[in-house]
Amino acid sequence: MSSTARGQTPSQTVGPYFTMRLSGEGENVLTTPETVGERIRVEGRVFDGDRRHIEDALVELWQADSSGRYHHPADDRTDVPLDPAFSGFGRCASDFQTGAYSFLTIRPGPVPHPNGGMQAPHLSLTIQARGMLNPTFTRVYFADEEAANAADPVLQSVPLARRSTLIAERVENTDSSVPTYRFDIRYQGDDETAFFDV
Amino acid sequence: MTQIYAPRAHEDHPPFLYSDYKSTVKRSPSHDLISIVQTLTETTGPGPAWVDLSDDDADLTTNAGTGGEAIGQRSIITGRVLDEDGNPLPDTLVEIWQANACGRYMHWRETAFPAPLDPNFLGVGQCRTTDDGEYRFLTVKPGPYPWGNHPNAWRPAHIHFSLLGPSIATRLVTQMYFPDDPLFALDPIFQSVPEHGRDRLIATYDHSVTVENWALGYRWDIVLRGMAVTA
Ligand SMILES: [Fe+3]
Repeated sequence: MSSTARGQTPSQTVGPYFTMRLSGEGENVLTTPETVGERIRVEGRVFDGDRRHIEDALVELWQADSSGRYHHPADDRTDVPLDPAFSGFGRCASDFQTGAYSFLTIRPGPVPHPNGGMQAPHLSLTIQARGMLNPTFTRVYFADEEAANAADPVLQSVPLARRSTLIAERVENTDSSVPTYRFDIRYQGDDETAFFDV
Repeated sequence: MTQIYAPRAHEDHPPFLYSDYKSTVKRSPSHDLISIVQTLTETTGPGPAWVDLSDDDADLTTNAGTGGEAIGQRSIITGRVLDEDGNPLPDTLVEIWQANACGRYMHWRETAFPAPLDPNFLGVGQCRTTDDGEYRFLTVKPGPYPWGNHPNAWRPAHIHFSLLGPSIATRLVTQMYFPDDPLFALDPIFQSVPEHGRDRLIATYDHSVTVENWALGYRWDIVLRGMAVTA
């Protein structure tokens, strides 16, 4: 113990001006030509309790690489290859006019669960905004991973009625050249996105 | 085995819904958060390699790159990033943004407050903590500024801090305040913090940081979640 230990520093809102520093141009593109894996696009909009779009949300993405390995020292599994051309982190500020955000990334591999078994491929999203005094944390699962989703301990711990809020649907008829998934983020109401106490 | 983090101390943080801060009313979750067993997804996070930094990034008085210097009271803001057990957290990316000395942000949405912009001050900086967990910025003290929350509302002088800590579980965005600000009692964002935690957001004037004939010094330590004790 140190004499300076004094409890967690409290959270405060990012406010309306975070784009000055957080979320620069291109930070929502996680891939480079060297990155291994299937390219995917994830897009959605952020909505408040009146289902008006949130024009100043900061959405941060964290995910494993295509083999399911995290680019971080705490993931020290040497039997899973690490893609040096993939950091796994991205940021996107929602669009002022529409509340839309998007990421260009790769489909993540499965990650083990500490209680045994594998988690379904998923993305971790952290959302902050003006009017949010704390970050909220959620996960994106993929609609076309039905079997893996059915076995995912985290997804299965979410009440059945709310599970669908964590499933990104495949978007057809898109002008994107890569598979595109839609994941809206909603605050309040029956269809509020499930948020985790991570 | 996965090392896990101590729980987020919700009692030390603001509530999601704090109606005096009006924007929280429609932007807070209405369901309880869902408890989760931390997995590698939560116990890992973006590392220090995520951005390239240069030493210039930590000097906000000159990093506009104009060759000129920002106007205002030169201030050194330094401190350590620690976990709850007092362990220093090295290689942590610290990013800041702030208003200029007049209380105006260099941001396209800032149009209502007729205070001057300073062409030599962008109001953004970043640095990475040292092996001792220390960060250090040179900046100018920001001014208070008005906002639309309620009639004659003014924010106390503050600097926004973002920390990419060791993991997703330790992610923190907060605000640092300056000592003895008369606006504390009137600011719902500051008041949203439970009373026992408010002084954790206020920097201390530190004469040993102050540089003679140059800049005033402030010290502010930041404490992130520690590891849980595991069997
Ligand atoms: Fe501010």
